[in-house]
Formats: sequence, structure tokens, C-alpha cells
Amino acid sequence: MSAQVRQIVAEHGRLAVDVESLGDDASLYEAGMTSHASVNVMLALEDTFDVEFPDEMLKRSVFESIAAIDAALAQLEVQAV
Amino acid sequence: MGLRVGIDLVAVDTVREALDTHGDAYVRRVYSETEAADCKGDPLRLAARFAAKEATLKALRAGDAAVPLTDIEVRRAPSGAPSLALRGAAERLAARAGVRSADVTLTHERSYAAAVVLLELDERPGQALSSDHR
Repeated sequence: MSAQVRQIVAEHGRLAVDVESLGDDASLYEAGMTSHASVNVMLALEDTFDVEFPDEMLKRSVFESIAAIDAALAQLEVQAV
Repeated sequence: MGLRVGIDLVAVDTVREALDTHGDAYVRRVYSETEAADCKGDPLRLAARFAAKEATLKALRAGDAAVPLTDIEVRRAPSGAPSLALRGAAERLAARAGVRSADVTLTHERSYAAAVVLLELDERPGQALSSDHR
């Protein structure tokens, strides 16, 4: 999942650095992702993984890092089962 | 009485990208029906409203609270003056902070849109300075 997440963050996150230079736990916001870019990332994640982030997950920490996004997607898949 | 201010700047290109890629799905997730009707898909006006939503979250010191962006709405008076309407999670955060009134101003040029939000709180300035700034 991480590779696809990284690809989406690279395409939509508008980071100031190469996403491949970031560790899974590195802050995407500190790497330059704006609030609006995080919305673009969220919508791309929803399209790619056919999920919808519920209201309670629409918060900053869910999109803080590659690892956080992975965890959120795992949680959504568990809930969908 | 205390005051809190929030500011945000949005690159219009990011809004254009979202509209091109996600269209109505983007508009529905971020903007109220009133805002969507007011903006008619104009990326500049949508960007200004997005900035207002983020500026509001900053003024509310929302931190990591879950707040759907549709809970924060920019309305336009017939005169053109903008105002804020809060509902749901945003309204609850405002109530907890003791918000008595709110004002917003928007601006944009070709590439960027910005908003400033001012909140008037019930608490006295001294209390505001000593309170927990979460």
C-alpha cells in the first residue's frame, strides 16, 4: 500500500522535497504539503482505493505522514469488511 | 472579551487541479451548497472560501479536531459583504471557545487567494493569554 500512497502524495501533495527522500513517519506538512494539497491527496486516495474518509477522520493527523495514511487506509478496509 | 485571528493563503492552482481531477466530488466534500451556488465553479472564489475555512480553523485553534470543511460556510450578503456560518463540529468548537461573533474578509488575485478571520470571545484578554492554547 505504501508505494501507491507515496505515488499519490508525489502527484498531489505538492511537497517541496522528493517524497522518496522522506521516511514513512516524516511529516508531510513539514515537507511542504498545504491544507488544500492534503484535500487533493485525500480525494486521490478515495478514488484509488475506492474508500471514503468519514467525517471523524477528516483531521490533520490522518494525513500527517505516509505511515499515518497507511494506518487510516487499513482502518477503513477493516471497517468495510 | 478576547480576540482571536486566523489567516490562510491558498494557491489557486491547487483548487484548479482539484476541480479538473475530481470535479463535483471535490466541491461536495469541501463546500456547502450555498458556497457552490455562489462560486459557480470559479477557482478564484472557491480558493478564497477554502482560505476562509482554514483561517477559521486556525482562529478556533482546532488543532487535530475532526472538522468537515462543509461545517464552515462563507455567506454573501446582497451588498457583497462576506460572513461566516458555523455548524456541526465547527459550531461546537466555537461554543467551547466562547465565540460571541466572527468576521471574515477575503481577497484574491490571479494566483493566490487569502482570508482573515477574526473571532470575538466571551473571555477577557487576561484570561485568553493565560488559557490553554490547544
